[in-house]
Amino acid sequence: MELDLLVEKFKQKDEKAFEKLYNMYSDSMHGVIYNIVKNHDIADEVMQDVFIKAWHKADSYSSKKGRFFTWILNISRNAAIDKTRSKSFKNSKQNLNSDFFVDIIEGSENLDDKTDAIGIKKFVTKLGEKCKAVIELLYFKGFTQSEASEALNMPIGTIKTRNRNCIQELRNMVLN
Amino acid sequence: MDIKAYIESGILELYVAGALSEKENQDVYTLMQKNPEVLQEVLEIEAAIIKLTAATSQRSNNHILQQVKQSLGLNGDETKVISIAKPKYNWITYAGWAASIVLAAGLLWTVNQNNQLKSDVQIAETQQSLLETQIINSKNSLEEANTLITVLRDDNIIRIPLAGQGNFVSSYAKVYWDKNSDRIFLDAQGLPEPPEGKVYQVWSLTLTPLTPTSLGTIDRFTADANKIFEIKNANESEAFGITLEPAGGSITPTMDQLYTLGIVSAG
Repeated sequence: MELDLLVEKFKQKDEKAFEKLYNMYSDSMHGVIYNIVKNHDIADEVMQDVFIKAWHKADSYSSKKGRFFTWILNISRNAAIDKTRSKSFKNSKQNLNSDFFVDIIEGSENLDDKTDAIGIKKFVTKLGEKCKAVIELLYFKGFTQSEASEALNMPIGTIKTRNRNCIQELRNMVLN
Repeated sequence: MDIKAYIESGILELYVAGALSEKENQDVYTLMQKNPEVLQEVLEIEAAIIKLTAATSQRSNNHILQQVKQSLGLNGDETKVISIAKPKYNWITYAGWAASIVLAAGLLWTVNQNNQLKSDVQIAETQQSLLETQIINSKNSLEEANTLITVLRDDNIIRIPLAGQGNFVSSYAKVYWDKNSDRIFLDAQGLPEPPEGKVYQVWSLTLTPLTPTSLGTIDRFTADANKIFEIKNANESEAFGITLEPAGGSITPTMDQLYTLGIVSAG
């Protein structure tokens, strides 16, 4: 598989592979980070740190432990959350409103220049409240299944099936 | 294991989210390797999540990549690479050309010098052979001179002056007769240059009765510098005479062309 080859080259510090992986995942990571820090300049700064960290920690990735996407998603979420807990971030008195990713997507004006924008916007507006919360916690905030179960006061099995249904809906919108 | 039910359980969505334990992750990985269905499901979930999360980013992120690469010291900036490499290339090229021009000039100079030296050697060789010829000539002249000196000093040599005759009274010659070696040396200094087509002919004479015997013609008169000629003479000569004869000589002397005559004095 092409991705495996890319990741293998990236682990050997191949610059071209690094650049390709960046292009594949940077928008996604930036979205996740921005959703946590809610500030463009800080999001840029965290993004930079994430990919520098990924380069240095490349050796620690193994496909047996999970998807490469998941690996870099974890680094991004952790870096962004760390940022929100830092002294400098608290001192800047960021207005951390309780907006979910859906609010960002719905409130976005320049979403049109992204591909799949229409599908995603459609998906988001149709999304039930419970779907929004599950997706937010599992993908954007990095909660484990038990943490999500606790936060939403739902059994783990229900979280799993509900999430599956939500993602199925998303897939129908953006992949077909 | 019921793969369909496994997929339907929603575990793969959690796998992509990174919400599973390490052990569960291992299990999913193993199943993915065995079942293309599972792998395909994971790929689709991942693709959908990537699109969703990307939609929350409202910026182009290319400038961040440049900053990341700069921080990591990766020189993917192609214009930079060219700007560094170009002067290097030029410097080497210029130096290379300069060196080859110097080398070519040096070679030309050497070839030129070589040709010059070759022609110098040739001139020297010519001069040397000229000098050698001169030396040989001088040696020959010296030998001749030495021979003459020995002849003149020899007691056994008879000296016979030949006086001018008739119309040629102003001319003269001398004969040195070396009887032991049966030869004479004729000193013809006092004879005028023979006209063209004529030669002097030398005669040995016995007086009673008067019998001339030709000793030969002097063909090299004009060419010879000291006008001394060595001539064979085994005759019992009593007198010597020189006449002017047509080229090639005559059998008998032309008496009205008798230039000089001298009688061998007895004793």
